[in-house]
Amino acid sequence: MDVFSSLMDGFATALTPMNFLYAVIGVVLGTAVGVLPGLGPAMTVALLLPVTYALEPTSAFIMFAGIYYGGMYGGSTTSILLNTPGESSSVVTAIEGNKMAKAGRAAQALATAAIGSFVAGTIGTTLLAVCAPIVVDFAVSLGAPSYFAIMVLALLAVTAVLGSSRLRGFASLGLGLAIGLVGLDVVTGQARLTFGVPLLADGLDIVVVAVAIFAVGEALWVAAHLRRNPLQVIPVGRPWMGKQDWKRSWKPWLRGTAFGFPFGALPAGGAEIPTFLSYVTEKRLSKHPEEFGKGAIEGVAGPEAANNAAAAGTLTPMLALGLPTNATAAVMLAAFTQYGIQPGPQLFESEGPLVWALIASLFIGNLLLLIINLPLAPMWAKLLQIPRPYLYAGILFFATLGAYSVNLQAFDLVLLLALGALGFMMRRFGLPVLPLILGVILGPRLEKQLRQTLQLSAGDPAGLWSEPIAVTVYIIVALILLWPLLFKLIRRSRPAVAVQPSVADQPSVADQPGQRPDSSAPGTHHTTDDGDAGHRSTVPHDTVPHDSIQHDKEKP
Amino acid sequence: MSSSPTLASRLKGRSELGVALLLGAAGALVIADAARIVTPYSQSDPVGPKTLPFIVGGLLLVCAALLAVNVLRGGQGEAEGGEDVDLTHPADWKTILPLVGAFVANILLIDWAGWVISGTILFWGSVWALGGRHYIRDGLISVALSLLTFYGFYLGLGIALPAGLLEGIL
Repeated sequence: MDVFSSLMDGFATALTPMNFLYAVIGVVLGTAVGVLPGLGPAMTVALLLPVTYALEPTSAFIMFAGIYYGGMYGGSTTSILLNTPGESSSVVTAIEGNKMAKAGRAAQALATAAIGSFVAGTIGTTLLAVCAPIVVDFAVSLGAPSYFAIMVLALLAVTAVLGSSRLRGFASLGLGLAIGLVGLDVVTGQARLTFGVPLLADGLDIVVVAVAIFAVGEALWVAAHLRRNPLQVIPVGRPWMGKQDWKRSWKPWLRGTAFGFPFGALPAGGAEIPTFLSYVTEKRLSKHPEEFGKGAIEGVAGPEAANNAAAAGTLTPMLALGLPTNATAAVMLAAFTQYGIQPGPQLFESEGPLVWALIASLFIGNLLLLIINLPLAPMWAKLLQIPRPYLYAGILFFATLGAYSVNLQAFDLVLLLALGALGFMMRRFGLPVLPLILGVILGPRLEKQLRQTLQLSAGDPAGLWSEPIAVTVYIIVALILLWPLLFKLIRRSRPAVAVQPSVADQPSVADQPGQRPDSSAPGTHHTTDDGDAGHRSTVPHDTVPHDSIQHDKEKP
Repeated sequence: MSSSPTLASRLKGRSELGVALLLGAAGALVIADAARIVTPYSQSDPVGPKTLPFIVGGLLLVCAALLAVNVLRGGQGEAEGGEDVDLTHPADWKTILPLVGAFVANILLIDWAGWVISGTILFWGSVWALGGRHYIRDGLISVALSLLTFYGFYLGLGIALPAGLLEGIL
């Protein structure tokens, strides 16, 4: 087995005392920043980038992997004990997790989250080790046109599918791409958006951009709206689970993993959709549906497993294609570039030992996280008591230090403040941060593929769709972009949707009864009967969210 | 002169239009900058350095226009929540301004006075802005943090942060 022996070599590298130490540092740091409000794994990796230049790339990535997984564990602790989730991926965990904690079952909620994360993380990492080489085998045959198409897909999917407003997502993407343009053009040496400032010729350092948007923007935003009366943290003892809890948890763990990994691996990945799907599924399948909304353990076990499996899934396109789909993966990709490592399908070949050591360290980190999280949960919960002035002053302090130490020039701090103000504005007006970061990181690579494509076709735009994969991807892109339109059309073409047809629609409905004998009660669309029929026809679609929302509101 | 009262009332409370303005300005800037570039057509690079800037600038302009329409029709971006964020009170500029002040002081002082001094001012000033009132304790923590990071970076990473005024002492 080739994968197996490579993985064993990876373990050999990852278990050397120094690398093991970095794995421990990574998971401890990751859990801490996951627990602490205002800090996340993406920001931490960005802050540590300059510090880790002195390290071997392998050691640095082992530490980053620990931070990545640790952040997920830490995030669930906060959402269970505080009820205000810091990351969008732990929103669902908070629903039942906090109810459990309030009912005195915090220990069990933390235990099922931690053990579920371990199970999902281990299965997810195994799937990653198996799938990534397969994706690579497929990807090495792809040319520039397909890569260009896939990158367009990744950018559009993250922008259009995640977040509440597509328009604001695209605005954020545009800003990110514009920031990525700054500097000398690689091919022609022409200065773009440098305004004659020589310090801008090399472009904006990704560390400065990421730290400004994640750390400075966040610190300023929280400072402007700092809670005056701190939240109550629910005190917790050592996490443990009874026999009954185990019995009710193991199936949700596995189902959550099954939801999480594929969604994480998709270009529009992310953990929001699979965690929500897992929650809804567990609620349907549960033998104790009456407990949902009051603190059902299945509602913590499933989503938390989905969250961690999605985190593992996200690494598949990141390592195999050089395509990040969440913020932490994007910053890790930037880190590859900073070390002079070319991301993409060649990565497994050119940097095989590093990649396999990274994957092995994910297994190790997962186990370490279980070990440090179960007995030490009360200690992590204490971190939530840290005085807020110190916390946010510390974020600004280390953000400044990290950005300054890249080039040792005060000019970078001016950029840090300006981009931090941009980050503040984005949070204020609901522009999502992720499209911007992906735009900055993927923009230059996208342009390179575009130029290569048209160079191969001697300027003929038909070169863009000269590969079958590229064509397929463009069809998917079109579907994603047109989806809201299609969705509207589908709803309208149904005889009567729960919403009464407007005056403008009525003639068309009246025109059609003869042509569509299958539509329900064509002649009676003015009566209440029609409204009922429409309601019934949309039931399979509407029940789930409707029902769950009502449930949550009924039982506070 | 021509701004009618209806326009004025429509603009009120629509600070988000500023975002549309910023996007529009950014888009115009990107396009103007790209238009300035002169490159001969080259067989080996038919796309050239101008294509992507034009696309990005266009995207920004379209977003700016759509956002302006969206906001005028009553659309609103959703402000981001968080563990420590309380959106029930408006932005607190009495915290933000001193915080930015401490940040700017650090930028101005770092090369001249050195990291230990400027970092101390940054941390202490930020804590004060955020409501810390244990002046002595905060000061001690600030000095300790700056000194620790200075020596940590120098000894651990080989990065020499500027010593500034304290050159020779540190």
